[in-house]
Amino acid sequence: MVEGTLSSGGLSVDLSVRRSDDFELTLQVEIPTGATVALLGPNGAGKSSAVAAIAGLLPIDRGRVELNGTVLDDPAAGVCLPAEERNIGVVFQDYLLFPHMTVLDNVAFGLRSRRLSRDHAQARASEWLARLGLDGLERRRPGDLSGGQAQRVALARALVTEPDLLLLDEPLAALDVTTRSEMRHTLAGHLAAFTGPRLLITHDPTEAFLLADVVHVIENGSVTQHGTADEIRLRPRTSYAADLAGSNLIGGTATAGLVDTGTQTVQIADVEVAGRVLLTIHPTAIAVHNAQPEGSPRNSWPTTVESVERLGPRVRLMTGPPLRLAVELTQSARDEMKLEPGTSVWVSVKATEIGVQADHQGQAG
Amino acid sequence: MSHLKKRRVAPGRPPPFLVVLACLGLVVFVVPLAGLLARVPWSQMPRILASDVVGDALRLSLVASLSATAIALVLGVPLAWVLARVEFPGRSVVRGLITLPLVLPPVVGGAALLFALGRRGLVGEPLGELTGLLLPFSTWGVVVATTFVAMPFLVITVEGALRNMDRRFEGAAETLGASRWTVMRRVTLPMIAPSLIAGLVLTWARAFGEFGATVTFAGNLQGRTQTLPLAVFVALESERDTAVAISLVMVVISLAVLIALRDRWWRAL
Repeated sequence: MVEGTLSSGGLSVDLSVRRSDDFELTLQVEIPTGATVALLGPNGAGKSSAVAAIAGLLPIDRGRVELNGTVLDDPAAGVCLPAEERNIGVVFQDYLLFPHMTVLDNVAFGLRSRRLSRDHAQARASEWLARLGLDGLERRRPGDLSGGQAQRVALARALVTEPDLLLLDEPLAALDVTTRSEMRHTLAGHLAAFTGPRLLITHDPTEAFLLADVVHVIENGSVTQHGTADEIRLRPRTSYAADLAGSNLIGGTATAGLVDTGTQTVQIADVEVAGRVLLTIHPTAIAVHNAQPEGSPRNSWPTTVESVERLGPRVRLMTGPPLRLAVELTQSARDEMKLEPGTSVWVSVKATEIGVQADHQGQAG
Repeated sequence: MSHLKKRRVAPGRPPPFLVVLACLGLVVFVVPLAGLLARVPWSQMPRILASDVVGDALRLSLVASLSATAIALVLGVPLAWVLARVEFPGRSVVRGLITLPLVLPPVVGGAALLFALGRRGLVGEPLGELTGLLLPFSTWGVVVATTFVAMPFLVITVEGALRNMDRRFEGAAETLGASRWTVMRRVTLPMIAPSLIAGLVLTWARAFGEFGATVTFAGNLQGRTQTLPLAVFVALESERDTAVAISLVMVVISLAVLIALRDRWWRAL
């Protein structure tokens, strides 16, 4: 749905940047207007270089970057539009709010740089602050803001100039865990309200899967896999992608240590949490048995093996209803249990192996 | 372990030997000042300070030190920026050249200026022929000599600040549509402002107290090249009271400036 040529605008990236003798980033991404693409990868994978290159802060060595039909970079043709002429809104890692300016001046900065009068710029900046629920903070300095407030100021600063593209570099990484899940939802709302293409850079699979339409997994400077969240989560193509992104992610409603996923009740360790939650279960935390396990974890149920895939030295299974789960085990365990598509098995998982986070607004999907 | 315990100092209490050494260190600064204050001819002060010699020297010192600071700001900040941001061959040599006036005896600096800019100097001779400008023994000569000696303080302070600054802020400003000049004016300079101001104060203070290069290059002519330090030196020979009075004026002015700016701006140093 999101792949294809960009007849109606959007971002088209095909670039290569050499950062050092042994590190080169190559990236091919197309983002149609109104779509969000995530670059998911660990630190050092080249994600921030991608942001810098697209934003015009880092010259590319080869390739072509095009935004809404305008060529931003084409070194072969000698084109490299300076950053200040690109009209790209960037939310930087750590936000990079100017510490010597008030919140209002930070947000008005882009408008002032475009020669808007001070009054006009500040009025528009105030509107955006209000829209992001930040009214009353105009006169504060960035140093006096909470992480969540700083993130929204950074978002306001990036959006106030009505950019053609929104780049978000680890927008939630600087927040603590509780604020993060809250801000993820706020962010999802603002992403949806922004009409242009959006590129999200993150190392957090949950963030990528929940916010992006298409996820590109990036390892050592190149994309190893791309697809929808489900495609990557259920069929990771490299062992790295499996480790990074292959966790099972299940939504449900928690009450007193039990989570109802709609098809199965799962026991969790946290008895305090209530309401909508997201459960993460790592594929290696799930055990597979030929028969009903005795006396052990209470989270166990019968199911069938739907698919079996080799993944390096490991094997990755998908199990069927009641809960579709990715399970990883060794090749020898698979041989012992003679696991093939269609085999009836029991799976079990300890409550303590299930990650639980509050899901603030009933996640759709 | 037990001997370690014995040596432990109560929290918040500094080790005694450190306090003793610190006091001795302080003595180095306080004793000369006390000696000066003890000799101040308080009753004579109004008469001495009203004299032409002191008035001329004070005016000249302020003009020369503030001019040197202004020149350092206009030329030194770009120099610091280039040193911090532009890679070019011989950068470390240039950096060394700039620090040279800090370690060179000022009289050697003055002599070098004389050979370069004097009436028969490498640059001075063609300059004199073309424009008729003679730097030695003129007020401009004083400004040149003090700038030579004092500007390194500004360049070094500002260069350090530019190198330590997180340059991603400049990138952020660029993505917001700011031209290079706007980035410089609204982001770079404000972010290094504490260091810039500290550098300006140091530069001014060094220029205000300049003696050796000035006397060598510009000479000692009352009303034209005789700054306060030169006037003190001359007065020491003949009129001790005048020397002490002028010294007190310099101490008061310098101290006032340093104290006034210290708490607000000097944290960067």
